[in-house]
Amino acid sequence: MTSSETLDSSAAATASAIANGSAVATDVAAASLARAHANRSLNAYVTLASEADVRDAAAAAPEGPLRGVPVAVKDNIATTSLSTSCGSRILAGWVSPYEATAISRLRAAGAVIIGKTNMDEFAMGSSTENSAFGPTVNPLDHSRVPGGSSGGSAAAVAAGHCRIAFGSETGGSVRQPAAFCGIVGVKPTYGRVSRLGLVAFASSLDHIGVFGRTVDDAALGLRVIAGHDAHDATSVDAPVDDYCAERGRPLAGLVVGVPAEYFPVTLDERIRQRCHRAIGVLRELGAEVRAVSLPHTDLAIPVYYILAPAEASSNLARFDGVRYGPRAPSDDLRGMYERTRSDGFGPEVTRRIILGTYVLSQGHYDAYYRKAMLVREKITQDFAAVFASGVHVLFTPTTPTTAFPFGSKSDPLEMYLSDIFTATANLAGVPAMSQPIGLVDGLPVGGQFLAAHFRESDMFRAAYALEQALGSEALS
Amino acid sequence: MAVSDADVLHVAALARLAMPVERVPGLVRELNGILDHMAVLETVDVSSVGADARTPMPRRTDVVAPIPLLRPLAEFAPAPRDGFLLVPRLSTHSQLGASEGDE
Amino acid sequence: MSTETAADVTAGFEMVVGLEVHVQLKTRSKAFCGCSTNFGAPPNQNTCPICLALPGALPVLNATAVELALRVGLGLGFTINRTSVFARKNYFYPDLPKGYQISQHDRPIAEHGSLDIGISVDGVPRVIGVTRAHMEEDAGKSIHDRYEGATAVDLNRSGVPLVEIVSEPDMRSPEEAGAYLRTLKQILLYLDVSDCNMEEGSLRVDANVSARPFGQTTLGTKCEVKNMNSFSGVEKALAAEFRRQCGVLVAGGTVQQQTLLWDGHKNEIRPARSKEGSSDYRYFPEPDLPPLVVSDAELTRVGATLPELPAARRARYAAMKLSEYDVQELTADPSTGPYFESVLRLHDDPKAVANWVNGEVRANLNETGAAWSQVSLAPSRLASLLDLVRDGIVSSSAAKKIFALLLVSDATPREIAEREGLVQVRDDNALAGWVDQVLAENPAEAARFAAGEKKLQGLLVGLVMKKSQGRADPKLVNQLLTSRASG
Repeated sequence: MTSSETLDSSAAATASAIANGSAVATDVAAASLARAHANRSLNAYVTLASEADVRDAAAAAPEGPLRGVPVAVKDNIATTSLSTSCGSRILAGWVSPYEATAISRLRAAGAVIIGKTNMDEFAMGSSTENSAFGPTVNPLDHSRVPGGSSGGSAAAVAAGHCRIAFGSETGGSVRQPAAFCGIVGVKPTYGRVSRLGLVAFASSLDHIGVFGRTVDDAALGLRVIAGHDAHDATSVDAPVDDYCAERGRPLAGLVVGVPAEYFPVTLDERIRQRCHRAIGVLRELGAEVRAVSLPHTDLAIPVYYILAPAEASSNLARFDGVRYGPRAPSDDLRGMYERTRSDGFGPEVTRRIILGTYVLSQGHYDAYYRKAMLVREKITQDFAAVFASGVHVLFTPTTPTTAFPFGSKSDPLEMYLSDIFTATANLAGVPAMSQPIGLVDGLPVGGQFLAAHFRESDMFRAAYALEQALGSEALS
Repeated sequence: MAVSDADVLHVAALARLAMPVERVPGLVRELNGILDHMAVLETVDVSSVGADARTPMPRRTDVVAPIPLLRPLAEFAPAPRDGFLLVPRLSTHSQLGASEGDE
Repeated sequence: MSTETAADVTAGFEMVVGLEVHVQLKTRSKAFCGCSTNFGAPPNQNTCPICLALPGALPVLNATAVELALRVGLGLGFTINRTSVFARKNYFYPDLPKGYQISQHDRPIAEHGSLDIGISVDGVPRVIGVTRAHMEEDAGKSIHDRYEGATAVDLNRSGVPLVEIVSEPDMRSPEEAGAYLRTLKQILLYLDVSDCNMEEGSLRVDANVSARPFGQTTLGTKCEVKNMNSFSGVEKALAAEFRRQCGVLVAGGTVQQQTLLWDGHKNEIRPARSKEGSSDYRYFPEPDLPPLVVSDAELTRVGATLPELPAARRARYAAMKLSEYDVQELTADPSTGPYFESVLRLHDDPKAVANWVNGEVRANLNETGAAWSQVSLAPSRLASLLDLVRDGIVSSSAAKKIFALLLVSDATPREIAEREGLVQVRDDNALAGWVDQVLAENPAEAARFAAGEKKLQGLLVGLVMKKSQGRADPKLVNQLLTSRASG
């Protein structure tokens, strides 16, 4: 097998080819890097590793499920060799003196990191247009956004640089770009993957997530980084299932809920049709399909856009020019703070810090933050009730639209509404994933599975079966 | 509860963001648009929502075992000196002697 | 009340004081990271990604900090909240790395306590309400006078666990505030939760003071006074701030709410720098930390490890018929009692043991600067010495000499007594010989004594003791002389 052929086979196959000597890890890594270089116009990366470093890492890759598998990592996950800038001027060139737990696990599993991928600044955005290092281009249509905020990671996988990439989600930042780029994107249960080293946007909503070319690639990527970490107080000590073992399991006995709220009358008919086709396939595969209701779904965006900016306003206070990062010159402290931060943060981050500070400030906390926390609980209860009723997974569209053209959403609120089907899972902490279920006007449509807390296996079971049954229909 | 110019300036000051006056009207408009969208929350009945049932907090054993810094602070700090981190003095301290800052 | 002149502006006004006491908990590592809490390390040496607030770092709570906070709560008779919540207190300051302090806001770990501070000047028992005790992390240190035009930040203290104990505005004088602080500190030392060292900053006091005309029930505008580095400094600062506020009120003005700093060198109060910008801390629940849940079992376990507290120990010692002075001295420091009692177990005379512990042993500690836990004389050796005194084998004055020698020798008290010739002579012949000699050498006194002048007995005993070089048993000498007088 040539290195290029190896790259186009599954991550699991790559690892075993390297393990059994039919492929050479250093060559696979170099081929992956060469593809990334050849595609520089996508602007998928903030930083690419050097060929020498990638070859060294591949040569030293330990035995493991990802031995020699090239992966790309979002630029907000701390790595000690490559910089972690979060798509922001305020962290440009920042090389973390410690490593994220997820990265340690990846390296221990043998993965080779080829680069840090572009993103909306501090993960605030749904298009990767908010990066201080320029937007990333959708590999399938260069006039359109790849989605965001993990747009670089999605583009890297969609363009074939690697089979697995890592991103982060606060309101849909893995699933939405996965949908826009026609690949698989997984957000695990809150607490499933350690957040240590994930630069915080909104701590109670942030997750590290995984992109895969296929369900299997994503399942393998998640299995490697999942598991309890004593360095994250919100990490949960629950057993990690072998998600790859769900491959080929029949769907008989699986109950799929279809929540009416995710299919509003305003939904694009062609997206609705692709979803219904997928639901039909699931039924044919033996799953029981039930209509269900999650009545507080339409409150997700208002709740999300109170809580996420509120937490962000606090999480981003540490970028003050005192201990690290650039510092604007000033004779007095106040001026130093204000210039450093205003020079460092882009307009969307500034907007959200202002919004978040406002909703927490005296006189507004009860009406906004406290109320939003309570409504968040209602949204969580919606999911709990549905899953308690015997439903194993929910199926919905991932996004209300396909990938949109650059610059088409200039109003922030309009941009925020593109998270409408994804933000609920972040608020409730339930696992969710997107996979391709068809094309509309040549652009991919994502279908989303959601499952109960720590029941990632249920959604992988459904996703494997749907992927296999749709086959080439996923691209039509 | 409409956001005013003064609110934006106040909040920007709290957040230590310089706020050029020409940016204020745009932000006021955007914030009001966003907050209008939040108004729907006022109508939600949350009387049935109980205390949060999150998993209780784990605790770590009290041992000295810091996560190591692979590069020393002095290498990445903007203004290290004699082990300290220097910052411009607060304007209110310009003629003051020592006093411990616990804010 | 500190009234100094007849025309005191404070006449007619009542002082109202509430205290906030920050106590550094005695843990090895910081509240939310594994950095050492050692005091005095080079600047910024005890720092890590978490307490430097590097991007992506997360806090994990120190179990011992919780345990010590529970000891504080239980020891002060608080209600323990089974679920408490950490919150972020947001403000910018260079020694606050995250831009927020992790603290507890509307659900602290302990609430509704009280502190009995003894008897007021007018004989009324004073019990001060204690609103709450909450856990939080310390900030770093900002040093403003070391470099020209710059503030130097040291984050070694950043993240050290604290408990903040907040009282009700129940105190009415500097003396009451002092009594509250001394009582509180004593209990905290007994609980072994903190060094409570104000100079090193492991105990810090902020005072809220207001003044109102006697009889008024509503509170006046309060001002916060900070930067006191001793309890007497707190008392002086309160008196000074109270006088200042009364002066404002007498002159027809209104007190402006503000923060003031006590200058212990100049003994004066001055306005603190105003906070940069308005303070709006934007508290919200810390999303990186789930709620802190304390189980029944944990509460029972911590409760079972609570030591005897000062009030209980005082009552127990008073029941041994010890004097008020002895009780106070034996209970002032938590480790005096254990030493006292281990001697007492071997020599069952509370008064005698108390005399020695409060006398020679304490004097020796004061001389060497050692702590009670480091007393160099083993309780069993002191007890043996007291046995010798009780049994008349050595005199009290000889025992003091033996005590000094015990500290520099491994020999037993008995061995020292014998080696140094300090064993009392109780042999009748030897004693009679000395008595005879003394009477012969002092014929006039001997004659008067024989004639019935009993008051000369003391003098004669003294002369016999001198003759015997202190070795004669004075009790037996007395008996002998008495028999001679009546014989």
